[in-house]
Amino acid sequence: MAHEEIDKVSGVATTGHEWDGIKELNNPLPRWWLWVFYACILFAVGYVFVYPAVPLASSYTKGLLGHSQRASALAETAAGQAARAEVGKGLANASLDDIKTDPKMLEFAMAQGRAAFGDNCAPCHGSGATGSKGYPNLQDDDWLWGGTLADIEHTITVGIRSTSEDTRMNDMPRFGADGLLDVKQVRNVAGYVLSLSGGSVQGADVEAGKQIFAENCTSCHGEDAKGLQELGAPNLTDKVWLYGGDEASVINTVTYAHRGVMPTWGGRLDPVTIKSLAIYVHDLGGGT
Amino acid sequence: MRVDENVTTGGDSYYAAAKKNYPAAVSGRLRTIKWSVLIITLGIYYFLPFIRWDRGPDAPGQAVLIDMAGRKAYFFGVEIWPQEVYYLTGLLVLASVALFLMNAVAGRVWCGYLCPQTVWTDLYFAVERWIEGDRRDRIVRDRAPMSVGKFVRKATKHLIWLLIAVGTGGAWVLYFGDAPTIIKDAFTGNAAPIVYIWVGILTFTTYSLAGFMREQVCVYMCPWPRIQAALTDEWALNVTYRFDRGEPRMSVRTGARAKEAGASVGDCIDCKACVQVCPTGVDIREGMQLGCIQCGLCIDACDTVMTKVGREPGLIGYDTDMNIARRQEGKPAIYRIVRPRTVLYAALIVIIGGIMAYTLANRAFQGVSVLHDRNPLYVTLSDGGARNGYTVRLINKRPHERHFALTVSGLPEGFAVEAQGVAAAGGKPVVTVPPDTTREVRVLVMVPGSVALPASTPIDFYIVDTENGEKASTSDFFRAKPPG
Repeated sequence: MAHEEIDKVSGVATTGHEWDGIKELNNPLPRWWLWVFYACILFAVGYVFVYPAVPLASSYTKGLLGHSQRASALAETAAGQAARAEVGKGLANASLDDIKTDPKMLEFAMAQGRAAFGDNCAPCHGSGATGSKGYPNLQDDDWLWGGTLADIEHTITVGIRSTSEDTRMNDMPRFGADGLLDVKQVRNVAGYVLSLSGGSVQGADVEAGKQIFAENCTSCHGEDAKGLQELGAPNLTDKVWLYGGDEASVINTVTYAHRGVMPTWGGRLDPVTIKSLAIYVHDLGGGT
Repeated sequence: MRVDENVTTGGDSYYAAAKKNYPAAVSGRLRTIKWSVLIITLGIYYFLPFIRWDRGPDAPGQAVLIDMAGRKAYFFGVEIWPQEVYYLTGLLVLASVALFLMNAVAGRVWCGYLCPQTVWTDLYFAVERWIEGDRRDRIVRDRAPMSVGKFVRKATKHLIWLLIAVGTGGAWVLYFGDAPTIIKDAFTGNAAPIVYIWVGILTFTTYSLAGFMREQVCVYMCPWPRIQAALTDEWALNVTYRFDRGEPRMSVRTGARAKEAGASVGDCIDCKACVQVCPTGVDIREGMQLGCIQCGLCIDACDTVMTKVGREPGLIGYDTDMNIARRQEGKPAIYRIVRPRTVLYAALIVIIGGIMAYTLANRAFQGVSVLHDRNPLYVTLSDGGARNGYTVRLINKRPHERHFALTVSGLPEGFAVEAQGVAAAGGKPVVTVPPDTTREVRVLVMVPGSVALPASTPIDFYIVDTENGEKASTSDFFRAKPPG
């Protein structure tokens, strides 16, 4: 290294290293820079001992501080839940209508309801609550068992054809499958039902269908076919069809009937969560 | 050009120890300017947070405040929301163009007078001179063995430095909360940990950068000297040693003898006063260089010496290499501050500043933003009509509660607008937004089944202040089942 050769152009000493006549100049790095480099190495060594660092066969070195991102995340979650319980207390004692008109409680209930919906309801009703064939769309204005806050809360609590003793329940006969109506009659009554909302069934005698409807269906669906929410009987005059509103679907429904099931959430979710869910679902498309 | 004068190029080592500078005291015109700038800038920095500004009972009463928790920034009468961060961008653009303009006029004015690194280092030098004496005393003391007197002086110096450093960090945190409260909390141990952490960080950086790193920051860490060198031109005034006048340099006595012999004699008497006062330890006589922050203290030092030996001052001055060359050719020096480059920079400052001032003066104090539901895009209702859901956020930037009537346009007659949890007045939902905040409401727009709509209809949302008619609007779409 002890080369005293000075580069003529720059006036700087060279290191003595030379490649094909190109010489490396020695513009020395500040000494403190070197110390910073050593300090970084020391920091890295210290880090390895203080924090989790080295992966082992089935574990890893825990570090002197015992720091764990998982543990701190769990602690933060617990703290969040504790804070939520505090606000939740207010919800427990408030009526649904009170919550709906108090912006603070409403915001909290909506947030909790949205989360609870995603966890518990979305598998059937969809993440957007639009449902699918056989699973009611909760966004629209058609409510089988009623769309008021109290109705929705009750439906969530007891479920439909669920294991709860108070479950909401109805029992549409399998008109075709059980021989109550023959194929022709089924077609006629389907034709009448669809005609109420502007549709039609090929080859159906609507007048005959109206007669069959009056004899078999009005006890639940009503004289005007607008349904009866106490019984969960759907309105047949609107454009919303849970099991499909085309010819084949309606004939199929009259023939076999459908018995959708919704579990009871009363024992599974706490009352505050159910309240929040009712608020959230009502906000989607609830009404009457 | 030798890159770094502070480093002794040891032939053998690839590393060089930094050479400690002992800048001597100097007085003169530029030193006075530097003192004034130091007092003004530090004065602003330390006392600005204490200025009060009444914004009403619910808003902070500090003139300059960055309220992280409230997500607002306050500057006297101006209140900036996070979505208006482009004002900050505008300020930064303005600052950089101003830097370019300074550079085009007089080189590294920023480095020499305004840069925090320069200002705080200058303050630290002043403390050092006050406690340890001027250049010669400091050199002698540093070479002497440790004694009680030396220890006491050194300890006192570091204590004062640390106090300044703590004050620097302490003032910084005052911009992020109510200054008197933070000071009280900090001294009683009740302040948030983040306060102590930031005071600690800035104490460390101030103490180490101004006390120890000093010119190393300018030479090795700062990008501006490199950018500046690429931006400068031959017209920019730089602190220049007028070698046409100064060379050949020789002492007064040798010069007198040489003059008698008929040789040419320069004005520089090689007293090295310019080198001794330099805070970064460069020799300006070697020309422009990376280590020179162009503070002009060498000008003061040289002028003092020139006056003393009865020669004309100005051997070192703000000048250009071009003028030196012209003088050597016998042409008069030319100075041109007003030239296309400076005019362009000045015009840019005026335009950008003007646009910012205009938008600031004319910005709306309310706003509305709309997010269409993603899932579902539309809901078919029992009458065959369609309903779309929107998340609407209303913004009220005024310090009092306001009521906004919400309307929608762009749909055929017969549609209805409902805001969840909001009462309607005159057929329109009227949303109450608390002072200085935003409110989010879910809005449902319904079109009856009797109205045929395409798959997508452009619509507009309007909010109108029911009291003074101030409005805001935004556009979105109404989706429906595709026809057919």
